[in-house]
Amino acid sequence: MTIQNRDSFLQTISEKLGRTAPLTKKPEIRWNHLPQHEVLKNTSKDELVQILIEQCQNIHTSVHLCDSASLAETLKIIFDQYGNGSIIYTDDNRFSELRIDSFLQSQPESFKWQPELLEQNITIADQANIGIVISDVTLAESGTIMLQTNEKKGRVISFLPTNSIAIVPKSSIVPRFTQAAQFLRSIDGPVSSCINFITGPSNSADIEMNLVVGVHGPVQMTYVIVEDY
Amino acid sequence: MAMKISNDKFTDRLETNLKNDFMRNAVASAQERLQSRRSLAAESLGNWEEWRNHGEEIRQHVLQNLDYYLYELSENVSKRGGHVFFAQTAEEASNYIVSIAKQKEAKKIVKSKSMVTEEINLNQHLDEIGCSVVETDLGEYILQLDDHDPPSHIVAPALHKNKDQIREVFADKIEYTNTSKPEELALHARKVLREEFLSADIGITGCNFAVAETGSICLVTNEGNADLVSALPKTQITVMGMERLVPTFEEMEVLVSMLTRSAVGQKLTSYITVLTGAKQPFEVDGPEEFHLVIVDNGRSSILGGEFQSILQCIRCAACVNACPVYRHIGGHAYGSIYSGPIGAVLSPLLGGYDDYKELPYASTLCGACTEVCPVKIPLHQLLHKHREVIVEKEGRAPLSETALMQAFGFGTGSSTVYKLGSKVASTVMKPFVNEEKIKKGPGPLKNWTEIRDFPSPEKERFRDWFEKRNKGGNPS
Repeated sequence: MTIQNRDSFLQTISEKLGRTAPLTKKPEIRWNHLPQHEVLKNTSKDELVQILIEQCQNIHTSVHLCDSASLAETLKIIFDQYGNGSIIYTDDNRFSELRIDSFLQSQPESFKWQPELLEQNITIADQANIGIVISDVTLAESGTIMLQTNEKKGRVISFLPTNSIAIVPKSSIVPRFTQAAQFLRSIDGPVSSCINFITGPSNSADIEMNLVVGVHGPVQMTYVIVEDY
Repeated sequence: MAMKISNDKFTDRLETNLKNDFMRNAVASAQERLQSRRSLAAESLGNWEEWRNHGEEIRQHVLQNLDYYLYELSENVSKRGGHVFFAQTAEEASNYIVSIAKQKEAKKIVKSKSMVTEEINLNQHLDEIGCSVVETDLGEYILQLDDHDPPSHIVAPALHKNKDQIREVFADKIEYTNTSKPEELALHARKVLREEFLSADIGITGCNFAVAETGSICLVTNEGNADLVSALPKTQITVMGMERLVPTFEEMEVLVSMLTRSAVGQKLTSYITVLTGAKQPFEVDGPEEFHLVIVDNGRSSILGGEFQSILQCIRCAACVNACPVYRHIGGHAYGSIYSGPIGAVLSPLLGGYDDYKELPYASTLCGACTEVCPVKIPLHQLLHKHREVIVEKEGRAPLSETALMQAFGFGTGSSTVYKLGSKVASTVMKPFVNEEKIKKGPGPLKNWTEIRDFPSPEKERFRDWFEKRNKGGNPS
């Protein structure tokens, strides 16, 4: 793909920095301070679950804790709270590992993302009442789920439906953003074209600094932490 | 909107804004709320100073090696199917974006909040070729609907407007019929803007941080608008200031954590989105075409000079929220899209002293800005440096300062004049004194007394009092 005007642009910069030509060798990095590794250091998984649950109160997010055997039942309760209606979810193997694939398919108006249907996916997501995703990495400190979208896991599932449900495998929970960044760096090969870090429902304080929950993205959000997964 | 938001003189802008009571109260309460949230969020990390040290060393390392990291970034964007355009000037940047809009025959463009696109006056250029540009950040959307009212805060652009004014704008422009409750207003905006997202040809975003190692860009929002801007239109254009990048995801993480805490006191905002190139084969949503426009527009002349540290800025506006001067005069008085201490340092550098020479004086040099800056920019020292440059190199101190210094020189230059002046002060000022206060002062006192009372001169001079006291008089 094209790169335009780079040489002259970088030449100007290098001269300003006192060099005759732009640097071509990767600079060595040696940080003197690394405070991020100290946060929630040596915290057990169970403690992280508690921290995550507490943080959910600050981010206007409901939270359920269950095991995989009662996951379907828990989801049903949330569907009822959200007034049921149409559901859209990612095409994710973990739904079958969690044995809720057939439960989701059996819902009256449920739709699994299918790349071959192209734009129709977006229309369905726009009209859906509930979107369901599974977190890849979950940050306890901030109450954040991380999603790596791809052809089977569309981006808009977490944005267009009115309500959002994220299934959080307990095994996905890490102390904070630091560990997610390390994980992304450790991936062999290209990263996903879109990585979302989502912390509760959308909100804005643009009108008189009053917090309004539910702006462009979902209006309500629930995390379901699955203890044995 | 260009960087410059007013043609009025600085003193006129001050006068208008100091009289705007709603704005001044709104700014004061927003500052208090944001400041206390910021300190709670910073304290909760336990060792905020260590974070600031790390934030500073990351930013300084990037600036010192900027040529390398921009090279690496552009290589990696290109590898992931993106186009990169380096723009030396604002014109080059807007011309390139306009050419893409023409090529795509774009009718509608949705945008998420971006200061650098304001800097290059992008909306106007797109408007001129018949594109309808829709700002989708709620605050920016309100301002756009209200006939392009300028932003007054970097993070909360519509801070100066109250909900009744917003209701009127909505009623007038987007067929709104409900009350002025923020929830109802936001819900209506959600509905109207959802249609815009779904029907737009191009999405334009800013860039909080680009990641050199992967060619990614990172967007930080609470509303989720940047996600729809980048997921739905077929073409995405991201515009970034050339200094806004980090080596890897690990430094991105640190700076994002500090940005959200410093800006709004959140551990993380609702949406942190990391986008890499165009969408992959078989992906349904995401742009088919991705363009990254890297803008210099005056930044390289700051690099390597005495103001270089201002390029460390991550646009959190913590300095704005801490500034006692901003608290009183509000964002519009700065005459630039960049307000507060960061604006007072950056606007003269990017826009020149002709338009912004007064801004470095819109500061008490108290240093509150420097203290809260997450990346340790010595803001008040830079403001002081600007004053030095203005007086010494440019030879143009503000008129009031020149006049004051001349008068001071005249008044204190000869002991006779000084004695006479201090003796007659109370008599001369008598017509203006009311209950020991001057409420409507003449000449240079006018600016002060329009806002608050000035104490009247003591009837007895200090030196007379001191003399009497030494002679054993009444030490009252």
